[in-house]
Amino acid sequence: MAKNISFTIRYWKQNGPKDAGHFEERVMKDIPDDTSFLEMLDILNEQLINDGKEPFTFDHDCREGICGMCSLYINGTPHGKTERGATTCQLYMRRFKDGETITVEPWRSAAFPVIKDCMVDRSAFDKIQAAGGYTTIRTGQAQDANAILIPKEDADEAMDCATCIGCGACVAACKNGSAMLFVSSKVSQLALLPQGKPEAAKRAKAMVAKMDELGFGNCTNTRACEAVCPKNETIANIARLNRHFIKAKLAD
Amino acid sequence: MPTIDSRIPEGPIAEKWTNYKAHQKLVNPKNKRKLDVIIVGTGLAGASAAASLGEMGFKVKNFCIQDSPRRAHSIAAQGGINAAKNYQNDGDSVYRLFYDTVKGGDYRAREANVYRLAEVSANIIDQCVAQGVPFAREYGGMLANRSFGGAQVSRTFYAKGQTGQQLLLGAYSSLMCQVHKGTVELFTRHEMLDLVIIDGRARGIIARNLVTGQLERYSAHAVVIATGGYGNTYFLSTNAMGCNCSAAIATYRKGALFANPSYVQIHPTCIPVHGDKQSKLTLMSESLRNDGRIWVPKKLEDAQRLQRGEIQGKDIPEEDRDYYLERRYPAFGNLVPRDVASRAAKERCDKGYGVNNTGLAVFLDFSQAIEDFGRDEIEARYGNLFDMYEEITDESPYETPMQIFPAVHYTMGGIWVDYELMTTIKGLFAIGECNFSDHGANRLGASALMQGLADGYFVLPYTIQNYLSDQITIPRFPTDGPEFDAAEKAVQARIDRLFAIKGKRSVDSIHKELGHIMWEHVGMARTKEGLEEGIKLISALRKEFYTNLFVPGTQDGVNVELEKALRLEDFLLMGQLVANDALHREESCGGHFREEHQTEEGEAKRDDENFFYVGCWEYQGDDDTKPVLYKEPLNYEIIKVQTRNYKN
Repeated sequence: MAKNISFTIRYWKQNGPKDAGHFEERVMKDIPDDTSFLEMLDILNEQLINDGKEPFTFDHDCREGICGMCSLYINGTPHGKTERGATTCQLYMRRFKDGETITVEPWRSAAFPVIKDCMVDRSAFDKIQAAGGYTTIRTGQAQDANAILIPKEDADEAMDCATCIGCGACVAACKNGSAMLFVSSKVSQLALLPQGKPEAAKRAKAMVAKMDELGFGNCTNTRACEAVCPKNETIANIARLNRHFIKAKLAD
Repeated sequence: MPTIDSRIPEGPIAEKWTNYKAHQKLVNPKNKRKLDVIIVGTGLAGASAAASLGEMGFKVKNFCIQDSPRRAHSIAAQGGINAAKNYQNDGDSVYRLFYDTVKGGDYRAREANVYRLAEVSANIIDQCVAQGVPFAREYGGMLANRSFGGAQVSRTFYAKGQTGQQLLLGAYSSLMCQVHKGTVELFTRHEMLDLVIIDGRARGIIARNLVTGQLERYSAHAVVIATGGYGNTYFLSTNAMGCNCSAAIATYRKGALFANPSYVQIHPTCIPVHGDKQSKLTLMSESLRNDGRIWVPKKLEDAQRLQRGEIQGKDIPEEDRDYYLERRYPAFGNLVPRDVASRAAKERCDKGYGVNNTGLAVFLDFSQAIEDFGRDEIEARYGNLFDMYEEITDESPYETPMQIFPAVHYTMGGIWVDYELMTTIKGLFAIGECNFSDHGANRLGASALMQGLADGYFVLPYTIQNYLSDQITIPRFPTDGPEFDAAEKAVQARIDRLFAIKGKRSVDSIHKELGHIMWEHVGMARTKEGLEEGIKLISALRKEFYTNLFVPGTQDGVNVELEKALRLEDFLLMGQLVANDALHREESCGGHFREEHQTEEGEAKRDDENFFYVGCWEYQGDDDTKPVLYKEPLNYEIIKVQTRNYKN
């Protein structure tokens, strides 16, 4: 059965990328602990609106942990702490204690400028994807799907790499602001499948070059990214990316 | 009076699409570069259409409200995508997929459209595999399949419980490839607020830049809306928070007909509602019905003890469990179509057999599957779904049966389109969930992804050329003409009006009230009196909206409350549209169930003599005036219309 908890919510307000920003606080009383974290923020906003104030702005959409839209830095951890890795929208208030102060901040990275409050601009990820995160096949020209057999192990491994939701928690957690986990997951998915092999080296090179250009930092193997990834992507992907990247460089 | 001409090509059903493609008009490569197409939405339909049209050489402008095209709600589809591949050698064929879809839709879909859908379904799988979509495979390296409701074959392809995500990422990657090549221009965090019509043709849109707050004008030779369904009219649904019907309603207000709005799908397997602060409902994939068994207690006193929390599901012995779907529908059992499964759950709960504290839940039990196949196998099949369930409810489905209840999920109704997917406004097309054409009164599981991608990859890129071929002499449009001025002015007036109300209530509080009205009066079981009452209540709520709404802040910059207020204004209109259609349709079919029209066993009773048509509604100039009904008669050449039977 659900029980109620009370706590202080300390949330980040920032009016655009150039504003210095500041925290605001509010005491939240008697919130049922089967409320999701974002539903708790809905309640906060309802209270702010009833007081005639502007609500707190944050990104969210599917609330099922799959769209990658939600992006809150909660008590020092991207998406907040859960046992098996989850997005902000899958975090429930039963994970918090009565009387505690909960601090909510945006993803902080040079490559993700703040739009408003905790809403940030992640279009850099789209730009990296556009640089090469695909197979260049034309619509309607594909051969029969079973014409190329793919061992189950390879397909499963590609699937694990493909589950990245592009939320950016990896970048937010990394002290260097590196996007290597994001980039390597896409590169790995396609490199593991025969359909993606012809362009594997070129893809790795193009995506890494774009990542560098957009101001993401380098990877120094601190593994902070995989610790917070809600979809459990691993740095084995980064090793695979490095192999393809070196191959591409040697071919130059 | 609008012309309702479905423009179905001549000839036998299996040859219509081939004949159409052989004789349609095309646009030569040099001319394609001179033609602009606006596509609103980047879900499966929108992204695949933008990618395909861009690749062909058209200049595409693609809009979405999210921060990236990859966030569109197609991403949340779990279970799979149907295709008539017959890889399992279980007797599947294009005809059988066509037949199952028409029957599943309770004989209210348009035959020719559905046949084309089944025909191109196999190409979709080929296309996606070539893009690198990691579908599940067997040990031999071939693609794996599973079964979904309403079918007796295994034709559903899947990628764990994340099929929608993987298909959307495939379409998104093709889209981004075209963005890189410069054929598609992306406008993220942009919301279409109006359609611009010049000389009777769709020529552009007014969109609000959700970051700067500015209204912006965009022109094109054709406009395509791919903006999904209207499930969020009910406030609580499995749709994402941002899903809305505003683009569709904008075209409806401008004269596009809205077809079959009463066909709303209530999905049987969602996590039950737990409190009044809840923001959305979470779907548990239909694929779970492959191995899960649905039941409630046989004895009323057991149900009451469950409701009081004195016992748990696992305490009830096998002989005291009522596997009501297996009992009522022996041939299809737990895999009956969604509308049938939802109504059966409601029937049991209405009789008092619900299994949780609200009495509005049934069990979905995996204990036998775990016994038969082992925990590891069940974990491999549904692990991520089980984890998600446990995170939300704090209960493990490995240990105790899941609790599920029906929730609004998908809308079969939508903007009326002809065979070419063009609406009643020339040059305006609607694809994916936001059109009405393929699912009749009920959509089968794993068919939404199929339709979205069929429309976007394989249908629209052909049919739109038949329209654009005579537009090649028309130069690009400036956006400073009187039609753009008028449209922008109207949108600005709407925004000003909302800010000027300065009332006391938040958007959400009014939206929740609309949701209650819809669920109570326009929900799973409808009556004449209830629907009339619902329409009245929505009118009253609209008055409340215009007198007591509070939108904080200003139009400049990000203002989420303003976005929601504009959408809610459209949901209010949509709600009445659903209710009006439901009121006029004096029969039960698919997702539309009228209590007055049922058999003695409680099954839906169709009236083919009087309602064998598509109900198309025309806007009458203001939101409070009742829309006018037009009819597109259905004409079945192949399939014999009969009562749906999932019993034997």
